Amino acid sequence: MNFTLKIWRQENSKAKGRFKTYKIENISPDCSFLEMLDILNEKLIHDKIELPVDPVAFDHDCREGICGMCSLYINGHPHGPEQGTTVCQVHMRKFQDGDTIVIEPWRAKAFPIIKDLMVDRSAFDKIIQEGGYISASTGGVPDANSILVSKEYADMAMDAAACIGCGACVAACKNASAMLFVAAKVSQFALLPQGHPEAKRRVQAMVSKMDELGFGSCTNTYACEAECPKNISVEHIARMNREFLKSKLTHAEKKRIGGFG
Amino acid sequence: MTSLSKKVFVSLAGLFLITFLLLHLSINLFILPITPNHEETFRQAVHFMTTSPLIKVMEVVLFAAFIIHIFFAVTLQIENWIARPRGYKVWQKSRTDSPFSKLAIYTGIFVLIFLIIHFMNFYFVKQGWVSPPEGAYEVADKHDFYNMALNLFNNPVYCVLYIVLIIVLGFHLHHAFQAGFQSLGLNHPIYTPIIKILGWIYSILVPLGFISIPLYFLIS
Repeated sequence: MNFTLKIWRQENSKAKGRFKTYKIENISPDCSFLEMLDILNEKLIHDKIELPVDPVAFDHDCREGICGMCSLYINGHPHGPEQGTTVCQVHMRKFQDGDTIVIEPWRAKAFPIIKDLMVDRSAFDKIIQEGGYISASTGGVPDANSILVSKEYADMAMDAAACIGCGACVAACKNASAMLFVAAKVSQFALLPQGHPEAKRRVQAMVSKMDELGFGSCTNTYACEAECPKNISVEHIARMNREFLKSKLTHAEKKRIGGFG
Repeated sequence: MTSLSKKVFVSLAGLFLITFLLLHLSINLFILPITPNHEETFRQAVHFMTTSPLIKVMEVVLFAAFIIHIFFAVTLQIENWIARPRGYKVWQKSRTDSPFSKLAIYTGIFVLIFLIIHFMNFYFVKQGWVSPPEGAYEVADKHDFYNMALNLFNNPVYCVLYIVLIIVLGFHLHHAFQAGFQSLGLNHPIYTPIIKILGWIYSILVPLGFISIPLYFLIS
């Protein structure tokens, strides 16, 4: 198969980027999207199509759809045209021979471009650092059923925990909002007993951090849900809104004055 | 204040305005000859709405609701624009993308324009800041909303403008109904689909009710 690729090239976070067009030929329909980019990079390096040699930078890691590293905005959709799939799981047979494919990085103020199609998603890590964990020491592996969790709640928590933190929700949202990501992380703890002791502090801290980092807010268009490779539902956003409201009405963080000792 | 807190205020104020709109429509419909003494009923309702101390208090709440709703919605929108300084070259519609929600800020601007026109025609007249609209019907005093409305609806240009802006309001309401509940964290496997259906019914029936009045005057 032959394709025309329009790829966003940007030297570094400061540089002014632009689109460059590349022709690529003889691509197998069974080739994955990332493999196709690998072939393009090999051509750029070996055939020295343009000088200086500069392969296209893009994020990838497991190539099995579970790590959340790949992050390409393809023809107007995060992770390409397929539903519930990351870029690495998209194959070239999903495109028509001769197609022009436009590849862009995630676009958000909170995700600055590092190079070409690579963006810095450490903003997500910063949100997690604010409360996306349980701080109590849990000791060894507990006996089964020592903490009772109903099947229904375990399933809902698992659905939320399926979030791989790729940032497709931010990329898809017209407001570059991280609501679906934060909601999934808040939900997975809110639904389980282990998450309850810190629930009120967690939701306020994570939401404040999300705002501080420059993500937008939710206008309920639900593009995030449609584009999420893990099909995370917006009902988690409602759960976070609910948790937030509950927390705001019943909980205020005690201000620590001075240090210890 | 966090974005979520702002959204709670926008939705609470919005849901209050949604409720108020129903009251407003139920009074307006008496401009039409739906009962033999509809004019009398309308005048009585207007009398109550302009003199009752309870309504005086509610009027303050109503203005506060408008100001809170607009102020926070605009603030959020500006933050949202800042959140993506550079857009995409290619942007495709997503499967669940709601155009009503996407356009809410723009339909909101049109609703605000309508509100300003509406204030000039009625509220400012009542306050004595603007003279009542002139026309075929003699306006007895600044509380004679019945004849003021008749004068306005006898103007076909006004009727068309009114209809167009009410349709835009319908788009805004369609977004508002379900989104209002979602922002408050109310999402339920059984109730949310019902809320969505109610949203459709509300955002079609209420604008239709308002539109029926200028339509009646345009046709008759």
